[in-house]
Amino acid sequence: MSIKSTVISEIQQIAGEKKKTLPALTDDLVLLESGLDSLGIAILVARLEEVLGLDPFTESDDIAYPVTLGDFITIYENAAKSRDVDSGKTR
Amino acid sequence: MLVLTADQLAAAVALIELDGIARRLILGTPDLSAEHVGSVVAQGGVDAVVLDQALAGFEDLGAAERILCRVDIAPAGDVALDRCDTEWVLLTSGTTGAPKMISHSLASLAAPIKPGQNQGADIVWATFYDIRRYGGLQIFLRAMLGRGSMVLSSSAEPPGDYLVRLGQRGVTHISGTPSHWRRAVMSPSAHAISPRYVRLSGEIADQAILNTLRAFYPNAGVGHAFASTEAGVGFEVNDGLEGFPASMVGAPGDVEIKVEDGSLRLRSARTATRYVGGEGAALTAADGFVDTGDIVERRGDRYYFLGRRSGVINIGGLKVYPEEVEAVINRHPAVRMSVVRSRRSPITGALVVADVVLKEERDGDVKREILQICHENLAPHKVPATVRFVPALDVAAAGKLARRDA
Repeated sequence: MSIKSTVISEIQQIAGEKKKTLPALTDDLVLLESGLDSLGIAILVARLEEVLGLDPFTESDDIAYPVTLGDFITIYENAAKSRDVDSGKTR
Repeated sequence: MLVLTADQLAAAVALIELDGIARRLILGTPDLSAEHVGSVVAQGGVDAVVLDQALAGFEDLGAAERILCRVDIAPAGDVALDRCDTEWVLLTSGTTGAPKMISHSLASLAAPIKPGQNQGADIVWATFYDIRRYGGLQIFLRAMLGRGSMVLSSSAEPPGDYLVRLGQRGVTHISGTPSHWRRAVMSPSAHAISPRYVRLSGEIADQAILNTLRAFYPNAGVGHAFASTEAGVGFEVNDGLEGFPASMVGAPGDVEIKVEDGSLRLRSARTATRYVGGEGAALTAADGFVDTGDIVERRGDRYYFLGRRSGVINIGGLKVYPEEVEAVINRHPAVRMSVVRSRRSPITGALVVADVVLKEERDGDVKREILQICHENLAPHKVPATVRFVPALDVAAAGKLARRDA
């Protein structure tokens, strides 16, 4: 599953648990208007760490906090890319 | 008097009018459940409850008289009233879910406010907090005692709309928890405000959010404060770095700071005096210091916050007692025991997670059922973010569950 579809499926899962209906999950959707509040986003970040093994928000003191769903997915895609590059180097 | 309004402005008006008149003012928080109002009324010796329109139908008030407070309250003319030193009582969450009542005075609440500093008519305050909690009340008192203005939040208002409103009102000084601020910078309206002073308190401020706020608001001083309802405002750190300088420990000043058994302890005129009701647990040690329960560690010339000793979990500034969540999880018939602990979160500081031991292998979706019981019986921030089944839990020598934070 791609990073993007993993993120979207986790958002749908959390919204289901909180019995929230989601708007269309487009890239320009403002994350805080996705039906998830900051607690929901925190849960999303925790579950993505379990699924993807990535927590791009804890790895640095210089974080670009995401505004849109597209920003959020890009942060994970970039973190996955740099992890792949790092593991390639050590191989 | 218990002030129990849905609207913050109605509460603000009531607090201003009743200070010096009421013997005791209990500040009802918006999450005070109907279940616990009765015990606050009984233990707090409440004679009258100030309600606004939205809560006019509140039932479980015992024998207390109801007084309806409207925002368009008008002066009653000359009424002879005996003035008194009003006791201010703040509520914080307790182990069982019933709130703890913490006794302050206007003097102890206002003690951290330095005359002449951040005061004047050109200062417009705002806070992401509710003014009935310690952090928000500090801002309310700064605005009122400093003759400034204040823009209140409303729980129903989306965060982006609040930021736009703060921008329109020319707010200059804004406070919130690190979690509030992370939410603010994730809003497209983050640049609707251009504050001169940004204040963080109520949770551990990490370097990432301090750096982000400095970049977002280059014209603002960014400071983080350590405060708790019991200990009051301990200190403010304005050097842009997380933690606090080790030189503050043992230094003379309004607040004395010491570190003992790893936890931060404070003594000052800002601390609360006692718990109201309850079992008479002492709030301060014999030497007058309050143990904040916050574990700090010295690295080089700075102390850093590691978390809480008692296992209390701080979710975006709201306390969660693991015992309360465990009790709800343990209601599921398949659960033998559970332990609830904290997991770090870069968004809300911490999250609640649960490890559960089942009585036996069970069919069906026990995890989903446990989460459902939690959703039905607990505030959203207390519901575990993840539930994990484990074969056994660590039990310490004294027979208590070993609490260890992730």
